[in-house]
Amino acid sequence: MSRTFVGMPKFPIAAHTALADTQLRRNLGHATATIRAKRAAVVAEVDDWEERRVRGAEAKDRALANLDTYLLELEARLVEAGATVHWARDGAEANAIVVDLTRAADADEVVKVKSMATVEIGLNEALEAAGIRAWETDLAELIVQLGDDLPSHILVPAIHRNRSEVREIFLREMAGAGRPAPDDLSDDPARLAEAARLHLREKFLRAKVAVSGANFAIAETGTLVVVESEGNGRMCLTLPDTLISVVGIEKLLPTWDDLAVMMQLLPRSSTGERMNPYTSMWTGVTPGDGPQHVHVVLVDNGRTDVLADVEGRQALRCIRCSACLNVCPVYERVGGHAYGSVYPGPIGAVLGPMLRGTQGEVEKALPYASSLCGACFDVCPVRIEIPELLVHLRTRVVDESRGGFPSAEGLAMKMTALTLATSGRLEKAQNAATLTGRLLGSHTTLGCLPWPLTSWSNARDAPAPPKQTFRQWWRATHDGGRP
Amino acid sequence: MKVALFATCFNDTMWLGTPRAVVTLLERLGCAVEFPTAQTCCGQMLTNTGYADEAVPLVRSFARVFEPYDAIVVPSGSCTGSVRQQHAWLARRAGDPGLEKAVTDLTPRVYELSEFLVDVLGVTDVGAYFPHRVTYHPTCHSMRMIRVGDRPLQLLRAVRGIDLAPLPLAEECCGFGGTFAMKNADVSVAMGADKARHVRETGAEVVVAGDNSCLAHIGGLLERQRAGVRTLHLAEVLASTEESRA
Repeated sequence: MSRTFVGMPKFPIAAHTALADTQLRRNLGHATATIRAKRAAVVAEVDDWEERRVRGAEAKDRALANLDTYLLELEARLVEAGATVHWARDGAEANAIVVDLTRAADADEVVKVKSMATVEIGLNEALEAAGIRAWETDLAELIVQLGDDLPSHILVPAIHRNRSEVREIFLREMAGAGRPAPDDLSDDPARLAEAARLHLREKFLRAKVAVSGANFAIAETGTLVVVESEGNGRMCLTLPDTLISVVGIEKLLPTWDDLAVMMQLLPRSSTGERMNPYTSMWTGVTPGDGPQHVHVVLVDNGRTDVLADVEGRQALRCIRCSACLNVCPVYERVGGHAYGSVYPGPIGAVLGPMLRGTQGEVEKALPYASSLCGACFDVCPVRIEIPELLVHLRTRVVDESRGGFPSAEGLAMKMTALTLATSGRLEKAQNAATLTGRLLGSHTTLGCLPWPLTSWSNARDAPAPPKQTFRQWWRATHDGGRP
Repeated sequence: MKVALFATCFNDTMWLGTPRAVVTLLERLGCAVEFPTAQTCCGQMLTNTGYADEAVPLVRSFARVFEPYDAIVVPSGSCTGSVRQQHAWLARRAGDPGLEKAVTDLTPRVYELSEFLVDVLGVTDVGAYFPHRVTYHPTCHSMRMIRVGDRPLQLLRAVRGIDLAPLPLAEECCGFGGTFAMKNADVSVAMGADKARHVRETGAEVVVAGDNSCLAHIGGLLERQRAGVRTLHLAEVLASTEESRA
């Protein structure tokens, strides 16, 4: 049983703890620096990268603007190809569908392809509650599952672990889940991969049901696409008799031409490769070849709410590449768990509150978990304006709090706004500052400030207020001494 | 050409040396500059903290105060970015098409200092003299919001006597981020600690940037460490001469 994100502390508190975890800091710093450099190198090879980003954004926008008709087209093509289509308004409905389908296949276990949608809806926990074991087969998801841990990255869920930690988890936990790790297992990556391969192989060969997500769903032919690196996905998608794919409705692409654009953008942005090793595409059932029972569960789970938000809907362009996580200076230092939700990093700070609403303490804090440095937008292959969306969400959080008893911050901001409303008021406030500056005499910096400014001065000196403001100097030198 | 200085509230109140240096520099380059005293603030801190309603009067006042000018020069990449990329949105949000039009008419005339020098005045050698080892931090909003590119470095390279040391991982955020520095102080300081370390690795005496807000954060950390590195706004280096050194 893996842990869940429910009840985790809000970002500033979780970040405080994460920052003190030296092993986490080292693992993340190393991993994100490596993947950033790989991405930068392969993107630099492409002369018209910016044009491709624009085309990627346009393709997704076109799909989202006509999602209703494209989804029906997708359903029609899937049904023609022998698949069964299910619609789920939320995670609970989707989970119930998967549980029922698994039971109908007379199975008590499923093998899983790495899928963010199934983490989002808590499918593994729902299956476990129904007495069905869900085996993660992606190497990193396996590490997370065996370690009773939580994913901390969209693409590399065990990015917070190093190889010696992975070795310990394998030695300790594999036996309880199936084939044990060899006693002489070292932390050599090839040996670790071999142990995982042997452990998983028996599950692949035994499983009657596989559960996947999909990177893309192509409306014109009813084809689903899974992009992966390890080949475990290919095993799940071809060996079992029943295949259930849980797909967020925003994964839709109208045409194969659109897929071509995405395949130019996704591997370079996510793993820093020109092309990923395994791309699996399937269209319903192929008689006598692969799964003979193909189900597609189309999930909303908050997506139509995001679509209804004119400013925010561009977040649904996201193709889960993780480039924004890898480049984010905040993510690099605190890791994914501090975000307290399935989607971490800059896009998570946007998507989480959009999908789940901005009522919870975690969701209220997430839009503020960014310095608005803009590095995320620069690497986003579909040009999502993450910093702008974060500001829009902050506005939503503040607006939703209006009307009640004002917070200390709210009062401070209102006072600031009133002070800045006219130059006369600003000048009065400045006069108080320069008086303080003159009283402080020769001090140019201050080592401690009163609350709430202590959160600045705990680690940083502050400049002492000056003895003269610019406008006083200007009046004295340029404005004929006019007051 | 009627040129106005938008000093920014932060510089006006806390860092008079910077707008003063802009005036000195522009006058030296033969450009008369006015300081419309009714100006206050672009509203960025309010906008970025989520207080959009409170920021709207500041957008209105900015548009009114600077409307008569051909060029508005701002010694801050961040405040320039706020005017260019947030004011129109705030006006739209307030349901005020007249204000939105005033803002979109005005914003093409708003220049960050290095843009004004290189693009409008067409100079890179401003006749400055600054015989110190300097490293330059490109602030996020100058680099990624308004895209000043290498204009500040073109200007710095032409300064006589300067010993310009490249800053490792220069493009990474320093961690200031406005109210982020207070609301997420731990992360902010962790980012700033790495920035301060990179500054110290260069052996520079002075770290230069186009935003005093970021410099207050970086400088506050360096000062706490008694690192022996001071911060200086780009304008002050460019205004520096043999006769009047920064």
